[in-house]
Amino acid sequence: MTHIELRDVQKFFGEVQVIKDMNLVIEDNEFIVMLGPSGCGKTTTLRAVAGLETIDEGDILIDGKVVQHLKAADRDIAFVFQSFSLYPHMTVYENIAFPLRATGQSRAEIDRAVRQVADVLRIAPLLKRRPSALSGGDMQRVAIGRALVRSPKALLMDEPIGALDAKLREEMRTEIKRLHMQQGSTTVYVTHDQVEAMALADRIVIMNEGVLQQVGSPDEVYLHPANLFVAQFVGSPVMNIAEAQVAEADSEARVVMPGAAEGFVFPRNLLGRLEAGGAKGDGLALGIRPEGVLVERERREGYLPVEAHIIEPLGSHDIIDLQVGTQMLRARTKAGFVPRPGEKVWVRIDPAQAHFFDVESGRSLGVRL
Amino acid sequence: MTTIALERLDPSSRAAARGWSDLTIRNVFIIPTIVFLIVFNIFPLLYSLGYSFTDFRASVSAPANFVGLDNYKRLLSDPNIWRNFTVTAKYVIVSVGGQMIVGFGIALLLNRAFPFKGLFTTLLLLPMMMSMAVVGLFWKLLYDPSWGIINYALGLGRFDWLSNPDMALYAVAITDIWMWSPFVMLLSLAGLSAVPKHLYEAAAIDRASSWYTFTRITLPLVAPMLLIALIFRTMEAFKSFDLPFIMSGQPTTEVIAIRLYKMAFQEWQTGLSCALAYIMLIVVIAITNIYIKYLNRVKER
Repeated sequence: MTHIELRDVQKFFGEVQVIKDMNLVIEDNEFIVMLGPSGCGKTTTLRAVAGLETIDEGDILIDGKVVQHLKAADRDIAFVFQSFSLYPHMTVYENIAFPLRATGQSRAEIDRAVRQVADVLRIAPLLKRRPSALSGGDMQRVAIGRALVRSPKALLMDEPIGALDAKLREEMRTEIKRLHMQQGSTTVYVTHDQVEAMALADRIVIMNEGVLQQVGSPDEVYLHPANLFVAQFVGSPVMNIAEAQVAEADSEARVVMPGAAEGFVFPRNLLGRLEAGGAKGDGLALGIRPEGVLVERERREGYLPVEAHIIEPLGSHDIIDLQVGTQMLRARTKAGFVPRPGEKVWVRIDPAQAHFFDVESGRSLGVRL
Repeated sequence: MTTIALERLDPSSRAAARGWSDLTIRNVFIIPTIVFLIVFNIFPLLYSLGYSFTDFRASVSAPANFVGLDNYKRLLSDPNIWRNFTVTAKYVIVSVGGQMIVGFGIALLLNRAFPFKGLFTTLLLLPMMMSMAVVGLFWKLLYDPSWGIINYALGLGRFDWLSNPDMALYAVAITDIWMWSPFVMLLSLAGLSAVPKHLYEAAAIDRASSWYTFTRITLPLVAPMLLIALIFRTMEAFKSFDLPFIMSGQPTTEVIAIRLYKMAFQEWQTGLSCALAYIMLIVVIAITNIYIKYLNRVKER
């Protein structure tokens, strides 16, 4: 049972504030992923929870106890470093046994615990090797083994698979998920890779420039990004963000992109929703993921004619750049759907997948159609 | 025009442009070095090996007679030589041991960020850069029983460091420790700063105490550097001559190198002293080899 709480945490490196007003509650057994670009303060936050970094203001609570003045050793938290940080002069066995030996447990107890962890992580055959003789994936398994062996209150991981190659990363990702489901300990995981975050997290914490942007399940942050930053950081390919104006026409609403002859058709209730969301007429941005841009080869009711510019064939699907007015929209189509650039196609925007943001504040207007 | 072009080239190709091939450059630099080594190192080495089997005396014009292994037998069965070796061993253990402890200790203290760290480190290195003879003479003054500052500072009255047969060797060893601890400190600092910081963080997370971290992480990872320092200092201390020679004439400070000096240049027993020099050489090589073997074992880990 571990519950971690951050209250109004502030941290400065000299003049630079790296964590601003951080408030976060992590529930027992939760898998939290902290996501953000490099330098956004996510690793610093994690290190502050572990006790490797001090904070300037606020409180960090573990199980209701204020811990920011405690040393790392007294917080009973395990940490997996990006650089693995295995002890190079010790065998795998000695590395995993280190936390137990350091706290003076009995030899039999240590042996039992090490072998059990090695079995769970499938590194039993490697116990006699030294870290220098291991592959990257195995090193990471050992590092995780060393963290798990003493059954810590919480497991913190700082980009644990960031140093591995793409294929191995995917493998280890699955393995970390399996481990979490098996062992079920409170886990905080830092990464800049949104795919990793989506795949692993119970809840994602998105940070930018030291400020918490949004906390939510992978679905929530993907489907309902709180602001422009989250909208563009989560999801690949990146969400289209286009300047737009909303006009009323007949019994519909039209979303017009500058320079375009016609606007996209939206249900009429868009106008009311925008108003309710606090839209100020201009300074509106339309956000639409490429899969929300629907493309047809032939003229259809409610579709606008546009020209395909660049086609990126990605095997399972294509990403197509479409010129709409002065801006580009990227659409996702079946592979080979549009045969060549320059082709004329008809597009529509799926209102259910559209997002509207206030350009000035970047805030989502919370429109759901 | 050509001169401008030449200046733009890097030195080696400039030489090449002047018509020096790599081979020429190599020969110009390496052949003199090899010749020098042969003339001043290898030739005397072999020549003295030859002398060590004769009764040659450099002070007499009589021809050298071949005496086989007599010199070696005589030396190894001479209790006085063994006494010199014992004194040397004591000196090596005390002075190298002291240097390792003091040097590594200071390095541990210096292995963190503080203002003027660079200046401080440089100042600490000064003793090592002085001439042995100067250090010996000054410490003789410092140790002086009637007005030396050491007795004054320690309030020892007229304690006689250097003429006291029991104390003299340790007094010289203390000087050697003062002079050469910075060397051990320098190598230790290099070793300590090479231990990645994240290992200490990992150990802190793993709830290791500072003592446990020191013995299980710091020490094993610095061990190769410490061993290198130990090899160098042992070799040097074993051969040491200047400090004991300058500071004390006591029989209790007569290390093997002093014995060798007396044998060769006061008693003019050239053949015998060559044999002693060879015995010393073999001992040094043997000790060094033991260390190096151990060093390789440590490094393998």
